Amino acid sequence: MSSNGTNERKLTIARAMAESIQQEMQINERVFVMGEDIGELGGVFGNTRGLLEEFGKSRIRDTPISETAFISAAVGAAQDGMRPVVELMFADFFGVCFDAIYNLMAKNIYFSGGGVSVPMVLMTSTGGGYSDGGQHSQCLYGSFAHLPGMKVVSPSNAFDAKGLMTAAMRDDSPVVYMFHKGLQGMGWLGTEAGATVNTPESDYTVEIGKAKVLREGTDVTLVGLAMGVHNALKAADQLAKEDVSAEVIDLVSLVPLDRETIINSVAKTGRLIVVDEDYQSYGVSGEIITTVCEHDISKLKAAPKRVAYPDVPIPFARNMEQFCLPNPDKIVAAYQAMV
Amino acid sequence: MTPSKDQILWMYRNMVTSRRFEEIIEEIYMEGKTPAFNMANGPIPGEMHLSNGQEPVAVGVCAHLNADDIVTATHRPHHQAIAKGVNLNKMAAEIFGKSSGFSGGRGGHMHIFDPDVNFACSGIVAQGCGPACGAALSRQMQNKPGVAVSFLGEGAVNQGAFHEAMNLAALWKLPVIFVVEDNAWGISVSKEASTAVPRNDVRAAAYGMPGHFIENNDPYAIFDVAGEAIKRAREGGGPSLIEIETYRLAGHFMGDAEGYRPEGEKEALIEKDPIPAMRARILSDGTASAAELDAIETESQSKVNEAIAFARQSELAADTDALTSVFAA
Repeated sequence: MSSNGTNERKLTIARAMAESIQQEMQINERVFVMGEDIGELGGVFGNTRGLLEEFGKSRIRDTPISETAFISAAVGAAQDGMRPVVELMFADFFGVCFDAIYNLMAKNIYFSGGGVSVPMVLMTSTGGGYSDGGQHSQCLYGSFAHLPGMKVVSPSNAFDAKGLMTAAMRDDSPVVYMFHKGLQGMGWLGTEAGATVNTPESDYTVEIGKAKVLREGTDVTLVGLAMGVHNALKAADQLAKEDVSAEVIDLVSLVPLDRETIINSVAKTGRLIVVDEDYQSYGVSGEIITTVCEHDISKLKAAPKRVAYPDVPIPFARNMEQFCLPNPDKIVAAYQAMV
Repeated sequence: MTPSKDQILWMYRNMVTSRRFEEIIEEIYMEGKTPAFNMANGPIPGEMHLSNGQEPVAVGVCAHLNADDIVTATHRPHHQAIAKGVNLNKMAAEIFGKSSGFSGGRGGHMHIFDPDVNFACSGIVAQGCGPACGAALSRQMQNKPGVAVSFLGEGAVNQGAFHEAMNLAALWKLPVIFVVEDNAWGISVSKEASTAVPRNDVRAAAYGMPGHFIENNDPYAIFDVAGEAIKRAREGGGPSLIEIETYRLAGHFMGDAEGYRPEGEKEALIEKDPIPAMRARILSDGTASAAELDAIETESQSKVNEAIAFARQSELAADTDALTSVFAA
């Protein structure tokens, strides 16, 4: 990571993403953006705002509602030397275009034995909590991370959002960049204030594949990503009032996964709770727990726990959705059940 | 557009090379697969989709392309690859799963990539349409020369990916040509049983681009129509759709019993085999002599033999190579 980090300037994730893309487009003419409503509107979630005015319609390219066509076109452009950033407006929409993502974008480097590179970023929004129903609220982290050939990142704050986007655009492999709507800084979505943080003006990268220990502790390790990190931090505050010292790890990246940071933390605390807004079964939470158990199960003082989304489609009604979502109280309760 | 003598002989040479290549592949593929046919056995395991009979499509189109132009091909890619000028030794080695293949055996016969001539193919029906648009967009944005050709089968026109790509190509006026190889069969389902219109060139109208249909697997007619469409794309005129009636002389894949074919169809198609037909035409109109054509055939056979020998002699990759090249180096 490089940073001049001297100024005190808070940005939302939306603005941090747009600034990263803007700066990279200024220095690399092969970077361009494609997606639905990313031009005139500046992205439904604000992450391309202002770019059309500076770069014009060729490089900030509104597309038809044809995710298969424009994502697979991005693969073709990337293999031809361009560095496209494409937006899949909601991760939930992957159903109409997953062939282009996991059979094409994710496999062509392997199928060519490294003969071609696929330097593209697929950015997509995740997460619910605002009653958008079961086709506009999913996280699907595990679905993307499960399939080999794509890097997968998800920032929890604006500093990481900017640095990860810059790193993703400079990567020669495809990167799926999953941004959580509830962290985006769009007022109409209701925003987690903790995501809006000091963000340097100059360009810098945040390493893909490196987790961050956001809070050190000795009694339990709380692991999460994106919104899960904020729930974990709030739970850690609550636990501190009960003299429990929680360590909080922000995964930042799912692929590659920084297993070492997790293992080292649990070796110290002996307890592990994974917070995941994605569905519970067959997903990220299971992978993190397995990582620790496979490495050295004797380090665990208690069976690991997960606070994840139950295995049901996401309900619309506000009370039902909130009942299903992870929250700090559930994390605290999970800890209390461990000791 | 009328082909010159050089172009005619180039087409003939590549048709013959493709056919000779597939004849040898067909023979080797059966090694270890008799008496009981097990796809996993022998020096060439897996599915094998032969293109014999469809060579006119590949040469009639690729005669107008150079190495900088892009081709996205199908699961039945050998004729297209050879006409595009891929490295035949590396392609043969890839088909054998050897370390000297394009991907060192990670891809196989449905996943041939030769970046030196901008050739790629894939095993998903209609999957190449989008990447062809993207490569064309890349050239358009960079103001660099080059057109992209997306080959697909007549069964692929009923995929959403095809229609999305057609719209995108027309909307952005991309230098792309969609070439539909109509071999009449999507595995066992006939064109008539799968497609609401008898000819797919009419679908071009839905996207405001020119559509063409070429009958009888005729390399000269393909050369003519493809040449005009490619010229148009190079000059900024945008995309075209061409459907070509061609003949699949073999099954969908090796091992296909072809029980779905009407009686006599295959024999009738073999009667119309485009390679002897082209040879006869070249001789009858005096374009070249029998001796010239014999020499071309001999050269093609040598080139194929060399590629097969290269593949045979190459080593298999290490087992652990399976775990590398997932991401860019």
